Amino acid sequence: MFGSLELSTLQQLWWLIVSVVAALFIFLTFVQGGQTLLLTLPESEDEKSLIVNSLGRKWELTFTTLVLFGGAFFASFPLFYATSFGGAYWVWIAILFTFIIQAVSYEFRTKPGNFLGQKTFERFLFINGSVGILLIGTAVGTFFTGSAFTLNDYNLVQWGHPLRGLEAAFSLFNLSLGMFLVFLARTLGALYLSNNLDEPGLVQRLKNASGNNFVCALPFLLYVLVRLVTMDGYAINPTDGSIFIETNKYLHNLIEMPLTLILLLTGLVLVITGVMLNYFSESVRGIWPAGLGTVLTVLAIFFLAGYNNTAFYPSHLDLNSSITIYNGSSSHYTLTMMSYVALMIPFVLAYIVWVWRQMDSKKLSLIEVVSDKKSY
Amino acid sequence: MIENIDLSMVNWARATFALTAMYHWIFVPLTLGLAFLCAFFETIYVKTRNPEWKHLTKFWMTLFGINFAIGVATGIILEFEFGTNWSNYSWMVGDIFGAPLAIEGIFAFFLEATFFAVMFFGWDRVSTRMHLFSTWMVAVGSNLSALWILVANGWMQNPVGMVFNPDSARFEMENLWAVISSPVAIGHFVHATSSGFLLASLFVVGISSWYLLRGKHKKFALRSITVACVFGLLSSVFVAFSGDEHAFITAKTQPMKLAAMEGMYKGSSGAGLVALGMANPLKQPGDDQDPFIFKIEIPKILSLLATRDFNGFVPGIDDLLYGNAAQGIMGVDAKIERGDQAVAALTAYKEARKANNEAQASAALETFNQHRDYLGYGHLLSVEHAVPPVGLTFYAFRVMVGLGTFFILLFALYLFLLHRGTLERNYPLLILGVLGLFLGYVAQQAGWIVTEVGRQPWAIQDMLPVTVARSNLDTGTVMTTFFLFLALFTVLLIAELKIMARQIGIGPGGE
Repeated sequence: MFGSLELSTLQQLWWLIVSVVAALFIFLTFVQGGQTLLLTLPESEDEKSLIVNSLGRKWELTFTTLVLFGGAFFASFPLFYATSFGGAYWVWIAILFTFIIQAVSYEFRTKPGNFLGQKTFERFLFINGSVGILLIGTAVGTFFTGSAFTLNDYNLVQWGHPLRGLEAAFSLFNLSLGMFLVFLARTLGALYLSNNLDEPGLVQRLKNASGNNFVCALPFLLYVLVRLVTMDGYAINPTDGSIFIETNKYLHNLIEMPLTLILLLTGLVLVITGVMLNYFSESVRGIWPAGLGTVLTVLAIFFLAGYNNTAFYPSHLDLNSSITIYNGSSSHYTLTMMSYVALMIPFVLAYIVWVWRQMDSKKLSLIEVVSDKKSY
Repeated sequence: MIENIDLSMVNWARATFALTAMYHWIFVPLTLGLAFLCAFFETIYVKTRNPEWKHLTKFWMTLFGINFAIGVATGIILEFEFGTNWSNYSWMVGDIFGAPLAIEGIFAFFLEATFFAVMFFGWDRVSTRMHLFSTWMVAVGSNLSALWILVANGWMQNPVGMVFNPDSARFEMENLWAVISSPVAIGHFVHATSSGFLLASLFVVGISSWYLLRGKHKKFALRSITVACVFGLLSSVFVAFSGDEHAFITAKTQPMKLAAMEGMYKGSSGAGLVALGMANPLKQPGDDQDPFIFKIEIPKILSLLATRDFNGFVPGIDDLLYGNAAQGIMGVDAKIERGDQAVAALTAYKEARKANNEAQASAALETFNQHRDYLGYGHLLSVEHAVPPVGLTFYAFRVMVGLGTFFILLFALYLFLLHRGTLERNYPLLILGVLGLFLGYVAQQAGWIVTEVGRQPWAIQDMLPVTVARSNLDTGTVMTTFFLFLALFTVLLIAELKIMARQIGIGPGGE
């Protein structure tokens, strides 16, 4: 089935798969967003525990999706994996650190014998939800603004900036994308928690927080959107594969790929709908339209970066070192085999949804958290 | 291809990877085995409906959860460290190596992540059978995860199913099934996972023995010991058999590693196995010094283990380095010569392609193809560079095998005394049981030292030395990361141990 496809078709298919995993990851960062709400929103230790226990039932899914994102990139676009991780070294190490400290925080936070103290682990959760997401946003921003690297004849990377990836945070576009993701995660976190918890006072505050955080996200979102449609981009010359700067490249991508434009607009409308549903009505189910909207929006962003003859990991130091889905991919055989493996993804999604529904069919209450000795 | 090799950077990168892997391997084997033990305990509860078994299950699950979290934390680093510290590797073999990592994510990690929440928080939210199913899924998921990462590791030790593409300057996969079904990969998987079952059994036996020594939770402890000892005995016997098979395969695929494991410099027919010995630290390849200060050797057994023939020839380090014409062994010195020609031909090919000189490119490619199997040797710095640290590999192997044998006896003795009903009064054995827990961790680390130190200097056996696999980073950067990881992992390990100790101190009564 897949073996007869052209290499370029498989490369496009795998960009789609990577984009879907990225989109699901950004949706699942409601966990990280919820973690940052811990410092300000709860009015008592009980409320704090309720939030931690609600997020603690989902944190592994976000974590695993991030790991899969890395694995999928490694398998399908190893040149990006090698160049970005080996080149933009410090930004990835910093991101990883925030996820290491997250992984232990839920389990260790309130366990007897925890010599670091409860507060330390709550700070870890905050760092993961804020710094971690901000840096992920700036790293994704370089898909559009480019990075300082060159590749030699053997595709081995030489990074051209001493900060090794952290310099991405000095770009207003990258920083804005990062800040947007932080506030989006907080918005999604508030939406998720308000739907999952059975504590009316806290739920009302969460509903307000979803609206307030989305308002904070808007300036960054608007800046990112305006810059996207006005900035020059890194285009591939389809005849020889060379890279050149194209004026308004991403605007052209939107026009030439109307489906992407529809995805972006639908996604944004759905996010706004979800937030408004929670903020202006009694409903607490805004997480679902907002979640779907997030997935569609991220898909559109990734499509803009990788499709329509665009270099998705451009080098502003040496244009022809830029990585595209065509020059950075695995071989035809590997992409074919991995495409068969990817047929399992819908099955995986199905059992996640099934288990999620079973576990969340009843809202989480304070009584349940207090009475369960295994609670975080 | 690689003009300037900064050995100190490479060594810090190796140290960082070793540090991460060793910390990770403190937690993973316990997860692999304890997940199954929890599933066994819960199955008994569901069969008997005796709430005491539920109580017991929940206690071991609590310890499982504490261990699991830090295993996850150290695991994410390993995946991404291939990119950060070994970026040349990631590009050159990513076409093959990335696949098992992605498959691991799709098939295994989500299974674990999804059902983990049910296992811990679903007791009152899902049916009893659904909960039991979830516990089993966590056990299956964690072991499936081990399968894929060990397939990847097995491929590094015995690269199969791939070919080098001179145009992209990387290795590309030709046969996924060959990668998955490689005897080395399967050997790695069965040996490592069964050793995890063994460690988890030691963990349950050790903690339960401690309760018996303190005269606490007697019924709970005896029940736990009964299940864990049966699982432990079966696992430890299987570990021994799979280890033997693994060594046999190693003799064929990584003879230098086997020679280092045995501290054997001169090969021989009817080679004896050094049961106990002290390696001569001054011994160098090619010299005439005795490799051992003293040794106790069992005649012909090494030949039997390595070749399944009492009189089979087992090559030593010198045979492999300098060749042995009588045995048809090409030495590393000759391989380096061919490797140099492969590297030069590859460079010439790339230059010719750049200059659009197809005739020159074709000639260079022909030369390259003649020597392509030795490409990795073209990057070795010297003949002796092909020798792994012999002393460390030799001692680690003996620690692993010695402790493995001890564990079989330990479990057998526990089961015998359980059967006679005198276990709880046998204090020396109970103390040995507690000690066995710590020795289990020593054996686990020793096993990985044999596997990973013994295959140096290769990232990919015979194809890609670690000096080429590294990222283009300066020494200070990698050294800083090493100490950051060391500090963070150590703090988290101390936190984990203190929390674990407190939970054990609280005991099942705390549930």
